Amino acid sequence: MKPFVAQWRSELQVMLRNGEQLLLTLGIPLILLCFFSKVDVLPTGTKHPIDFLAPGILALAVMSSAMVALGIATGFERSYKVLKRLGATPLGRPRLVAAKTAAVVVTEVVQFAILIPVAYALGWRPHGANWLLAVGGVVVGTIAFAGVGLVLAGRLRAEINLAAQNGLYLVLLLLGGMVISFSKLPTVLRAIAHLLPSGALADVLHHALSGQSTPGGSWIVLAVWAVVAPPLAARLFRWE
Amino acid sequence: MHYGDLVAVDGVSFGADHGVITAVLGPNGAGKTSTIEACEGYRSPTTGSVRVLGIDPAADQRKLAEQMGVMLQEGGVYPSARVIDVATLFCSINGDRAVPDELLEQVGLTERRNATWRRLSGGEKQRLSLALALSGKPEIIFLDEATSGVDVGGRAIIRTLVRGLANDGCCVVLATHELDEAERIADRVVIFNRGKVLADGTLTEVRGTEQSIRFQVARPLNAVDLSIHLDRPVREVTSSTPENTEYVVGGASDGALIARLTAWLSEQHIESLDLRAGSARLEEVFLRLTAAKP
Repeated sequence: MKPFVAQWRSELQVMLRNGEQLLLTLGIPLILLCFFSKVDVLPTGTKHPIDFLAPGILALAVMSSAMVALGIATGFERSYKVLKRLGATPLGRPRLVAAKTAAVVVTEVVQFAILIPVAYALGWRPHGANWLLAVGGVVVGTIAFAGVGLVLAGRLRAEINLAAQNGLYLVLLLLGGMVISFSKLPTVLRAIAHLLPSGALADVLHHALSGQSTPGGSWIVLAVWAVVAPPLAARLFRWE
Repeated sequence: MHYGDLVAVDGVSFGADHGVITAVLGPNGAGKTSTIEACEGYRSPTTGSVRVLGIDPAADQRKLAEQMGVMLQEGGVYPSARVIDVATLFCSINGDRAVPDELLEQVGLTERRNATWRRLSGGEKQRLSLALALSGKPEIIFLDEATSGVDVGGRAIIRTLVRGLANDGCCVVLATHELDEAERIADRVVIFNRGKVLADGTLTEVRGTEQSIRFQVARPLNAVDLSIHLDRPVREVTSSTPENTEYVVGGASDGALIARLTAWLSEQHIESLDLRAGSARLEEVFLRLTAAKP
């Protein structure tokens, strides 16, 4: 347990010292939430953009920290040979992956502690919200996105990983139902979007936080990503 | 060990013992890093086997890591990480067998405990790397270019630490291309070149019983004339610099020969900057071995 806790603490320290990660995990979601809730240009499909945006931005926050920030940091750790050095210690791959995922959870708690009050200030009122279900979705989504991020970061060179993470971030943002409603996407893209972890998480949160019935299909998609991606990351991970 | 068509290590076989400092020597590209990394578990040999403390490193790296310390040639720490934080992390990962502040004191980094990695000098980074390798109080430790980029004071600290490790029974494997440094500290040497082991033995065994006189002068001299005068072979050392030309006089290095040499230099008005007599240096042995076996 001690090595895991020590590595977890180290991950948080590094995260706090990297301004660019804070921009990604907090700055961009906040900017998108504030701007597009006031400037109604996105095809959200609602009269009150904040009602659609708030759950979507929470899903975006999870993706930012669990996949992109984690993936980019891990990629650079490889180039700095931090992972190689850790590879020669008793820490082991599973505990490294677990420590990184646990650090992401802490980040998300901070993100939500900021984003939810801001959304409320912008007029969001999640009537009938099932917060327990929403938290469950976030947990499963975090595991799924962390797995995806580490699959890339565990195999690609730092520069290629950086490009891949940013590219994937953009694609999933556009197709993920976070800022653009699924109903506004072309049929083929909509079908693809529903199979992506971003789309699945956004759908789960939209339904959970608006008091609608549980989207079984999205839960299944999210769960599959959460079951497949992290073990794959642990198996494929290379220390250098 | 093969990387595609490249044979990086070819038919290498050697051992290292507890309480002994074994230096693995060779130029860049000789195959020593590939060999050491196979011992550390980062790579698997294409053919053959590797056993460290009886463990197959590639198959069971985590088990070996509990008894092994590794000092990388460079890097290994996040640039924004603080010295004390990194030391604390590695001590915790290694089961708190060492105390972070004591480790930093051992390597002379107490005053830099709050500095970040990126603010450390090259020598300080090497010393922190060594501290991290020591954090598990290992039974075997691999040091890759331990004194590279380290100033005189830092090298003395590292040499003292490494000797202390061996005295405490640790098996120390030191990979380096600095032959002088190996000569100061190693008990055994393994000389690599082009993926093969050219020599393996104690320093005395590898250097042999050959005696010579080695001297430096401020300007080149006529080695043929000197050789005739001394009735001994005289050759210029290929690693000499334009500012100081270095020569080796072969044969027994008795006092009479040294007197004749210094007298001849004086007659030629050639100032001798440095003169040493005794067994052949490791560098000479290495140059001879690598010249003989292409």
